[in-house]
Amino acid sequence: MSQIAFLGAIETGLIFALVAFGLYLSFRVLDFPDLTVDGSFPLGAAVSATLIVSGFNPWLATFAAIIAGGIAGMITAWMNVRLQILNLLASILTMIALYSVNLRIMGKPNVALLGEETILTPFEAFDIPYYFITPLVFLVIVAVVLLALVFFLKSETGLAMRATGANPRMARAQGISTSIMIILGMAISNGLVALAGALFAQSQGAADVTMGVGVIVVGLASVIGGEALVSTRTIFLAILACLVGAILYRLAIALALNADFIGLQAQDLNLVTAALVAMAIVLPRFKSTLKLQRGQ
Amino acid sequence: MINIKNLRVTFGLGTPLENKALRDLSLTVPKGQFVTVIGSNGAGKSTFLNALSGEIAVNSGEIVIAEQNVTHLPTHKRAALVSRVFQDPLAGTCENLTIEENLALAFKRGKRRGLSFATKKEYVEVFKDRLQYLGLGLEHRLQDKMGLLSGGQRQAISLLMATLEPSEILLLDEHTAALDPKTANFVLKLTEAIIEQNSLTAIMVTHSMRQALDVGERTVMLHEGRVAFDISNPERKGLDVPDLLALFEQNRGETLADDGLLLS
Repeated sequence: MSQIAFLGAIETGLIFALVAFGLYLSFRVLDFPDLTVDGSFPLGAAVSATLIVSGFNPWLATFAAIIAGGIAGMITAWMNVRLQILNLLASILTMIALYSVNLRIMGKPNVALLGEETILTPFEAFDIPYYFITPLVFLVIVAVVLLALVFFLKSETGLAMRATGANPRMARAQGISTSIMIILGMAISNGLVALAGALFAQSQGAADVTMGVGVIVVGLASVIGGEALVSTRTIFLAILACLVGAILYRLAIALALNADFIGLQAQDLNLVTAALVAMAIVLPRFKSTLKLQRGQ
Repeated sequence: MINIKNLRVTFGLGTPLENKALRDLSLTVPKGQFVTVIGSNGAGKSTFLNALSGEIAVNSGEIVIAEQNVTHLPTHKRAALVSRVFQDPLAGTCENLTIEENLALAFKRGKRRGLSFATKKEYVEVFKDRLQYLGLGLEHRLQDKMGLLSGGQRQAISLLMATLEPSEILLLDEHTAALDPKTANFVLKLTEAIIEQNSLTAIMVTHSMRQALDVGERTVMLHEGRVAFDISNPERKGLDVPDLLALFEQNRGETLADDGLLLS
């Protein structure tokens, strides 16, 4: 694998670490299986790209993307807690609706960002190749988000959110509004996913309405894979596991696609992803069965 | 002071399975009183506690706690007034949070939760102090996940969590029923001690007539969603299980057909 391919995998891995953080919040903390992300990822891309093309500051455009994603998450959560629609179904409804919304925002299926000023533009002035500087910028963003998330989950509100997912009846008895916690958590989760979409569009140079397909599976692969590799004893470790999982997943994919003798091509990506996720779910169980058989 | 007036709860209203769980139940509990509530299966004990805590909506009637009408408030909005220990030891605590985090949740019951650190040092000192009171050595295990503890230990902590911060009423929902006799006795003694020390107003639902007479100062029996009898000290003192049965027959004109109540 070439250095550029390696750094490219790291770069995409860092972006998907943000998706994994979001999915950790919805799937693990809130126990809310959320497919909205397949819509909020391209939503972040669409909002940021459209605003950048219209001449807005790229940081402002990225911030607007986060807000848009947050609103999408709130709508899913609201359908679940107020309209009593099954959580999985509520998220599918939002995801489908977002496809139309994204087309409306962009006015066409894709928006190119070539030659536009993105959040990466100022860093191009440094005398470092682009394939080094982009992952570096993303690493800083991901590190800031990771620390913020850890602090949040250890705060009083964050603890209330964790209790909401783990034991809602007990949470209510302690005076926690589980509805508000689910809405807030889903907003943060999809805000993070939209941020990932915005960064992805800016580093790839385009936003496309189909770019969200399979984001949920890649994000889950990162969360589950990370959990299989890193201990999740503390909140910090659990979130770090998402980051490790996301990067290693991308490296594994890059390796598989680069190893010619396997004969895999780019279009096999989704098949490989699905196989990896299935493996990551089954392997830990398989490991404990083996241990039992050996009498450990 | 708890004022419950003509409380009515009907499940499946207007359907063939309509079930009148509470029929015009009224009860007044003065501040600092410890009431035990008994009744056979389906008498409405659990429905009564769930209505008080806000977990189920009432069809009509009124619940006033400390001069605040809470009849239509959701559970989380009356948590500052009502604290609760569940029957299931697993229900009152979060198993994948640490002991320290569970106590921190209870420490903020009914209060605003902000973005400051949940397990501050000064809180932890309070937690250690209270855990020491249990005499289970749990003060050295603050970082352990709740799921590592036994049912009895978890129930003791649930009790501690419910009384960590003051409340107007403590609801105990057969909280010793799922424990082995020795542990049940320990938790019951602990309950009595904590209620006595803090002069709490408490309602304890129990399935055992013996237990209902042994603790507290007043016993209320529910039957078919109503109060069958209501007896307080000093008359209650010295009563035995057969006396309660006689009292029930005298008040209701029927005999009780639930062996569980007599045996346990």
